[in-house]
Parts: sequence; C-alpha cells; structure tokens
Amino acid sequence: MLRTFSLVITLLMSVFSASAFSDEFDSLINQLPHKKLRNITPVLTQIAEQDNDQVRFVLTEILNGDLYYLKSNKQVVSIRKQASGDYTITPVLGGDAVADQSKSAMKKIRTSNSIRSHIRGLLAQIDLSHKQTHVRLNAVKQILDDPSAESIELLKQRLAVEKDSDVTELINTAIAVNQLKEGDSQAKLAAVADLKGSLEPSVRNAMVEQLNGLNEYKLNELSETDKALKAALTKSIDSIKQKRSIYEFVENLFFGLSLGSVLLLAAIGLAITFGVMGVINMAHGEMIMLGAYTTYVIQQMFPQWIDYSLFIAIPAAFIVSGTVGILIERGVIRFLKGRPLETLLATFGISLILQQLVRSVFSPLNRTVAAPEWMSGSWQINPIFSITYNRLYIVIFALAVFFALLAFMKRSSLGLHVRAVAQNREMARALSVRSDRVDAITFGLGSGIAGIAGVVLSQLTNVGPNLGQSYIIDSFLVVVFGGVGNLWGTLVAAMSLGALNKFLEPLTGSVLATIIVLVGLVLFIQKRPKGLFPQKGRAAE
Amino acid sequence: MVVDKHGSPLLAEENISPDTRHGVILYVEDVSVSFDGFKALNDLSLYINDGELRCLIGANGAGKTTLMDVITGKTRPDVGKVNFGQQVNLLDMDETQIARAGIGRKFQKPTVFEMLTVFENLELSLAGDKGIWTNLFHKLSGEQKDEIGKILETIGLTKECHMLAGALSHGQKQWLEIGMLLAAKPRLLLVDEPVAGMTAQETERTAELLTSLAGEHSVVVVEHDMAFVRSIARKVTVLHQGSVLAEGSMSEIQANPEVVRVYLGEETGAA
Amino acid sequence: MIPDSIQSLFSNKAFKTLGSLPVVVGCLFIATLYVSICNLAFPADSALHVSTYTVTLFGKYLCYALLALAVDLVWGYCGILSLGHGAFFALGGYAMGMYLMRQIGDRGVYGNPELPDFMVFLNWDSLPWYWAGSDSFIWMILMVLAGPGLLAYIFGSMAFRSRVSGVYLSIMTQAVTYALMLAFFRNEMGFGGNNGLTDFKDILGFSLQSDTTRVALFALTALFLALGFAVCHFIVNSKMGRVVTAIRDSENRVRFIGYKPEHYKVWIFVVSAMLAGIAGAMYVPQVGIINPGEFSPLNSIEMVVWVAIGGRGSLYGAIIGALVVSYAKTRFTAIMPEAWLYALGGLFVLVTLLLPKGIAGFVPALIEKLSHSKQTKSVSNKTTSEVK
Repeated sequence: MLRTFSLVITLLMSVFSASAFSDEFDSLINQLPHKKLRNITPVLTQIAEQDNDQVRFVLTEILNGDLYYLKSNKQVVSIRKQASGDYTITPVLGGDAVADQSKSAMKKIRTSNSIRSHIRGLLAQIDLSHKQTHVRLNAVKQILDDPSAESIELLKQRLAVEKDSDVTELINTAIAVNQLKEGDSQAKLAAVADLKGSLEPSVRNAMVEQLNGLNEYKLNELSETDKALKAALTKSIDSIKQKRSIYEFVENLFFGLSLGSVLLLAAIGLAITFGVMGVINMAHGEMIMLGAYTTYVIQQMFPQWIDYSLFIAIPAAFIVSGTVGILIERGVIRFLKGRPLETLLATFGISLILQQLVRSVFSPLNRTVAAPEWMSGSWQINPIFSITYNRLYIVIFALAVFFALLAFMKRSSLGLHVRAVAQNREMARALSVRSDRVDAITFGLGSGIAGIAGVVLSQLTNVGPNLGQSYIIDSFLVVVFGGVGNLWGTLVAAMSLGALNKFLEPLTGSVLATIIVLVGLVLFIQKRPKGLFPQKGRAAE
Repeated sequence: MVVDKHGSPLLAEENISPDTRHGVILYVEDVSVSFDGFKALNDLSLYINDGELRCLIGANGAGKTTLMDVITGKTRPDVGKVNFGQQVNLLDMDETQIARAGIGRKFQKPTVFEMLTVFENLELSLAGDKGIWTNLFHKLSGEQKDEIGKILETIGLTKECHMLAGALSHGQKQWLEIGMLLAAKPRLLLVDEPVAGMTAQETERTAELLTSLAGEHSVVVVEHDMAFVRSIARKVTVLHQGSVLAEGSMSEIQANPEVVRVYLGEETGAA
Repeated sequence: MIPDSIQSLFSNKAFKTLGSLPVVVGCLFIATLYVSICNLAFPADSALHVSTYTVTLFGKYLCYALLALAVDLVWGYCGILSLGHGAFFALGGYAMGMYLMRQIGDRGVYGNPELPDFMVFLNWDSLPWYWAGSDSFIWMILMVLAGPGLLAYIFGSMAFRSRVSGVYLSIMTQAVTYALMLAFFRNEMGFGGNNGLTDFKDILGFSLQSDTTRVALFALTALFLALGFAVCHFIVNSKMGRVVTAIRDSENRVRFIGYKPEHYKVWIFVVSAMLAGIAGAMYVPQVGIINPGEFSPLNSIEMVVWVAIGGRGSLYGAIIGALVVSYAKTRFTAIMPEAWLYALGGLFVLVTLLLPKGIAGFVPALIEKLSHSKQTKSVSNKTTSEVK
C-alpha cells in the first residue's frame, strides 16, 4: 500500500516537473524566430540544457536546415519533403499538422558555420550524458573518429563523472589518440604507452600517421624522445598487426564453422538415408528446398509473427519434407532395393518433378524469406571482431540437431532398429523388426532433417527452385569424405570442408575456392575411397 | 614385353612359376591381420605341399576366409610372410598378378558372370594373355575350344553350354566356378565351401573331382560339411581364433582333445 | 500377324550380335540420303522439301545419339554409371569452338586478327598458351580426341585403381563436371566465361550459314555415328567386350581369374570419352555455340535417360533412346515448356520401375509375346545356330 502510494507521488511529481520544464522549453523554442543570427547561440545552449525529449530532435533539425517558422504566426515547424514533392509540416511544439503551404510562407531558422559547429558540440554533450550506455559509447566513438578540440574537452569533462568502465576506457582512448596527434613528443610517447593493446582502427591510423611523419626525417635528425617514440610506435603497430591477424584467423575459422554447419545440416539427413540405409536419394536437395519453401509459406500465412515464424517453420518443415520422403520411399525406392544406380536415376527424376512443381506453384523467381529481429545484429567482441547472430545461431542449431540425431540413433529403440536393419536386414526381420516400417520411418527422418536444413538455408540465401540442387553434390561429398555410415565422420568432414573453403576464399576468390575443394575431394576419395573414418573388416566389403 | 607404367605387363603373360624344389608350394609364416583391434589372424603359419589336398576347418570367425583373402592378395597382413614356392613373394603382388601366377580361388558365394553364357564364362577363364589389345582381336583356337569342351564335360554342363550362367541352379553355378578355376590351369586351388547348396549326389561328384585334381594341382578346401571333409581329406588343418590349433589326418584330429573341445565337440554334439 | 523378317530383326541374340550392324548403318545411310536430297534437290516450296532448320535439328539429334552410344558403352556394358559424360562432350565442343573462334579472324566486332572478341574485351594482349595451335584443323581434331581422352584417362586411372565404383563413382563424375562448369564460367579461364564461344563464321572456308555446309555437317555426323556404332559393335562383340561385361557382373571374379579390371575400365572409359568428344565437336558447328551450360550436371543426367529409355546394354537401343527423347523434348518445349521437366522426371521414374531394359528390351519381348507360337520353334533354332 505504502509502495503504491509513493509510486503515485513520484509519478505526479515527475509529471509536474516535466510540465514546468516544458514551459521553459516552449518559451525557448518560441524565441527562436525572433533572434538574430549573432545572438541565437545562448538560446541554443539553453535549449540543450533542457530535460526534454524534443531537444535532440530540434537541434538536429536546425543542423540539417529543416527547422522553419511560419511567417504568419511565428509557429516553429519542421518540414519534410515527400516523394511527391509536397512538404509535410509539423509544429515542433505539438498540435495538428499544418496544411500544405508554399515554401514562401515559411522562413528558415538560419545558422552559420560557427553555430552549426556549436550545435554539434551541444549534441555530442547531450549524447555523452545520455542515460543509455550504448548511446554514450557511440558518441565517444564518433569523436574518436573525428575529434576536435572542443569535443575532446567535452570528453575530459565527461570522464570525471562517467561510471561505466567501457565508456571510460573508450574516452581514455580518444583522449590519448588526441594527445598522440596534438601533444609534444613526451606526451606522444606517453599516449603510445596508454594506447597499447587498443584495437580501435583509429588508434592504428593515428599511430601509422605519426610513424610516417617521423619517417620523413633521418634517424640522426631526431631527438632522443622522438627516437624512443618511433621505436614505441613501430612496436605497437606490429603488436596491433599481430593481434589483427589472430582475429582474422579466428574470424575465418568462425566463417568456416558456420559454412560447415550449413554443410552439416544439408548432409546430415543424407548421412541417414545414404550412410545408414544405403539409399541414394538424389532428391535430397529438393527436401531441403521444400523446407525452405515451408518457411516462406508460414511467413506468408502469419506475417504478424515473423519473429516466431522459425519456431513454427522448423517442425512444419520437418513434417512436410518427412512426409514427402516417406511417400517417395513407399512409392518408388522400396521397389528398387539393392539396385543403387536405378535408385539414383529414379530419385533424380523425382527431384526434377519436385523442382518443376515448385516452379509451377511459386513461380520460378526467387522468394525472400524475412529474418526475425533476433537473428539480425551482431555480437561485438572487440573493435575489429564481431560475430553475427544469425551465423552463431546456425552453428549452435546445427550442432544441436547433430547431437539430437546421434542420441536418437544410439539411445532410442527405433534408432537401434534402424541400425539393425541397415546392418543385416534378414536377421533383423527374423528378430521381428518390421523392416519395411523402419525403412519408411528412417527415410522420413532423413528427409525431415533435410527440411529443417531448408529452414536454416532460407535465412542465408534466397529461396528458389534450384536451392536444393546446389547442395546435393556437396552433401554427398561430405558424407563420403567423412566415411559412409559414420555420423561423427560427417561432422568432422562438414566442419573441415567449411573451414578449408573459407581459408581458401581470401586467397583465391570464392568460385575458385569451391573448385579447389571439389577437386581436392575427388582426389581424396580416389586415394581413400572409404573416407576419413572407414569401417574396417570383412563386413564392409 | 610391353609393360605399363606400374611395371605389370600389358600385352604378354607373366611367367612366374613357383619354385617347389623343397616340395612346398605355399608358405604362410607368422601372419597376423587385425580389423579394428579384432585379430582375424593371429601369428598363423601354414605350409601346403605341392600336389597336396588339404582341408581347412574351423568355427565361424576362425579366420579361414581371411586366410584365403591374404593368400589371394585381397587383404594385406599386418605382419608375416606369404610365399608361393620358395621365391615368389605374394605380398608384393596384387590379386591379378597372384591369379596369373597360378593361384585360383573359388568364393564362398558362387560368383560367375551371370550375363554371359557358360561357354563364355569358361572362355574368359582360360589361361593365356589377359591384356586388352590381344583380347580385342582374339579368336578362339581349335585347341582352346577342345579344352573348353573337356572342362564342360568334367563339370557336366555340356548341355547348358549356351545358357546364360545366371539361369543355372545353385549347384551348377558352383560347378561352373570350379570349371572356371580348372580352365585357368592353376598350380594351387583355393576352394571355399564347394558343396554348399549341393545335393548328396552332386556332393559326391565334387568330392571325386577334387580328389582327382590333387596331385597335378595343390588344393586347399575350406568346408563346414564334416562328412564331405572326411570323404576327401588326407590332411586336415584346424583353425581356431586366427591360428592353427591342430594339423594331421582326420583320425588324429578327431582324437585331439583340444579340437574336440573347441570344434568337433560342438559339431558332433549338435549332430 | 507379324512377318517373319521383322521378327528375326528384333528377336533376341540374332539382332544383338550380327544383325544390328548392317541394319543400323543401313537405316542411317538411307535417312541421311533422304534428308540431304530433300533439302538440296527440292525447292523450298515443294512438299518434299526438308528445311535447313530441320536438317540441323536432325544433325543435333545424331550428335546426341553418338553421345548416347558413348554413355551406353560404359554404363550398359561395363556398369560404370557416369553422370559426367557431359564434360567430355563439352570438352570436345570447346576444342571445336576454339578452332571456329580462330577462323573468325578479323571479322569479329573488334577486328583483332589474332584474338577472339572476348579476349579483346577483357584487355588481354596475347593468346593464352593453351590456345596455341588452335587455328590448325589437324590440331583441333587432335584436341577433340585428346582433351576428353586425357581427362577420362586421368580420372579413370585414379578412380578405378583405388576401386571407387558404383554410386561413389557416379557422384564423383558429377562433381568433376560440376567443378568444370564452375571453372569454365570464370572469365579468367580464357574460354569466354558465361557466354562461351559463339558467332562462328566458317569451317575450312565453308560458310556455316550455307545450306550445303549444313547438310554436309549433318551427313558427316551420320557418318561418325555409323563409325562409332561399328567401333562399339566390334568392341562389345570381341573377347574384350566379354571381359568388360564380366567386369560389370563381378569385378572381383574377373580379378581372380587374372585380368586387370581397372585397365579394361580405363580403356573403355577413354574410348567412350573420345566418342563423346567427337559428338561434342560435331554439335558445336551445327548449333553455333558452346557455353559452360553444357557442363551442367543436369545435361549429363539427361544423357543417362536416353540410354535408360532406349535400353542399356543395347547399342541400337541407346541410339533409339537419344532420338526419341530428344524429339519428345523438342516437341514438348515447343508446345508446353512447363511440362518438359515433369515428363523427363516421370520418364526416369517409370523407366526404372517398369522398363528396366528400356525400349530395346521391351519391344522384342512384346513381339515375342504376340507371336509366341512361332517363336518357340525359332528360339531353339537360334540357340543352336549361335554356337561358335
């Protein structure tokens, strides 16, 4: 009770104080049309001191030259040019939008160069004292990239009151960079020491700039301090370079893993149907494609739930692709048991039909699948290394699917049946395993997982009828490379191929990297036909 | 002699004749093979005399088929020596070279060329040049036709000579495969379960055939059918867990308490 | 109901072994003669006239037939299902295309006497080394054979020696043609990138636009098809052919009776690749373009369908399959392009499920069924007559 009461009091007070302030704000705004160019600056400063949400907007509008007042009643308005060429005119201090007026009925609030730079300073100050940390960080970063004497001064003021350690650190960096640029040799030397270990691009740029400046002199023309400075700069730049190359490596590795995860997802269904069952399903790629289209359809059906669409799409795609897989198994593949080449041809035929079907239903054009909000953005680990969330989620998701499948195959009784039928159909049958049903379910499982892969791929590429086709060769190679019938092998193969591809890419370009990996794989399989992790023994013959 | 880039002859037949001055045609010494930690052959030694008929017995997994694989070059042993006669090291040769050197093999499952006729099956198996160019322009000579005729008679398939081999009965396929071995005129015959799926009558004829082959050829027979082994064997080798458990005449083997325990005991007990 | 002569034509072995060679070559000769005369001798408004467009179309079909023959030789007889024969076809085509490109001389858009237009466009100032000699007709013929042959030899000797077979091999052949497609799409490769080689003017001084050249090319294709058929026929009916068939049935058995299956496989693969290369070389001047699309895995798969539908393990079946399917494709894509992939996909499924031996296996069986009373007598005759 007491709490509620105090809450009400606080609310009331805040409303009251806000209105009190906003009165002052309104009067300041209304002064704007009356001030001459030379005495507008104090008013602007006063505006900036107001605690009002509009402050930033007003200042930015003035800076961009979009703030006007109506000649008729001196009402301050901001204007926006529409695509049609008309202007939308909005009063700054609330009220209804003003009907269209010709531009001659309004007058711009005029500024000069010095006023604009003053406004920039004010804006920086506002941002620097903003409540949210990331706004402050951004403000510091902007100053770091484009510093001026005033802004550095602002930073120094802010430093005294700043509590967040990230912001403090960045402010220190910015001040040190400025010191490196402007200070005397001694100060510069100190700045280099302070900046040690910072990976901000502007730190490196400033250092390189300084070093280049020093390099214009001969060594004997330099003072002792300058010599020390030069040595320190060289050392720091080298260390930055080294760190950069480490992060570049890590970045490539991560890209490789994320490509590997895509390959893993694409191949893992095949590892079941081809690896465990021994069925060659050339329509596997189309199972992936169907999964991607399922995502598209679900987003079309529930456009308001884009953020949750993937959670619906994953089971839906599993069911759609799985069902189609079971139909294919029951309708075609079971009649071709023990005739792998015929199976290959028949399933290829099915893949053509499915592609054409999708073309007829959805048109041959690519469809875009929207990415949910939480998939976008990236995780900034340090100034030069960040991981995009969608890649990160895909790696995690691919591994999750992999281990779930592994657990299913190893632990569940159905998994046991699947392996039993794969190893010795007759024997399994004799032990009253219903091999026909197991076949259908296994095939459905493999296809369903392909469908899930499709959901993931829809987040990375455009969804088109040929989506699956481009993955079928890769998937087969991954499974064969890893060793047929070996799920762990598939994991290792997918990840190492992904990494190999990404490490080659900067050297050769992406197409050539793909070609090299393909040719390398073909050569590898010829050397070791049973893949990385072959199954040994007589039974494997 | 035209030789391809691997040093094996492309056009001419290789003439490796085993040196059997010591009376032994096959030396298998201290051979071990393991698959993923499982020892299929464990320090196995075996000697086959020239012209001998030898039976190999042993429970499933004793290493009989693996031993055949090692001799014919299908499996490489981890350690050990396999010599054909005194000089020829079989471990340096691949399956084809071993076959050309004069070791023939009949598989456990009859493997004949099902889409070729019985006659053509034998024609391909005849000893002679196995290169590409000669075979492209090859014509059967009268002698070779006679030879095939003789083999057809021996294996009793003269009537079926122009049937596709795929249409033969299981027993007939077994015979055809033996016939194919004969056509190649090998010095050493490795025969894996020759009477599986044969009628009693066919079995009897197979026994006769194999005994008649011994002398001119050396024959190693792997068989589960103990009655059959008893009917043909002069010397029997018992394999157990990848090595030789006992060797001797059938009666010696039957008297061996070890053997009775691990193999014959089970067999007779089951029968 | 059915005359004896037709029966004996199609019945079993007699047709397969001896009868098919004169029949196929004869049919080809008559058809070629008919089409050529109808095109050249009759004026365009005559009812008997065959348009040059049709002649070229037939020429294209015959190239496909030769290609089908090549696929059948390795798949039908040796059991090697190549999903990459399009690569050999395209390599042969590119060898011819390079020659034709050089024949353009300074008549190109940029008028460079030495460099093809696309190289000028890429600001290259000299021919890459592998274009050396490409203006010579003899060199071109050599490359048409050597390009595909060498690829087949390298790939084959590696794959077959390490005993890669069955589905693995199929997928690897597909990977090879896919990799080549990606490579040829690159401008840096020096084969015209995306657009490939086109805008040909003449061959050996004869304009490619003229009717006589078109007819001559068509007749030449027919001749090559007949020769290809004769060569294949000779191979499969020799003892070597029987070894190859034996490899298809049981490679291990072949090895254990002293043959080297990998040598035979490489040899037959190389012969087949060269045939495919010739088909590609004849295709390019008639169609007027070669581009990386020819390497696409789908193309190679389509070739396999020709053979599957025509009847693998039967040489004339492969030819019939290629002609029938290509004709169907032309009709389908003209009338309802949408339906073609449905039809092609459906054909795959139906043929593998219902007609494992294709037309060549189905038609004789049908005829036999229709006249089984007569047939029983003649079958016994035939088997005795086949004793060698």
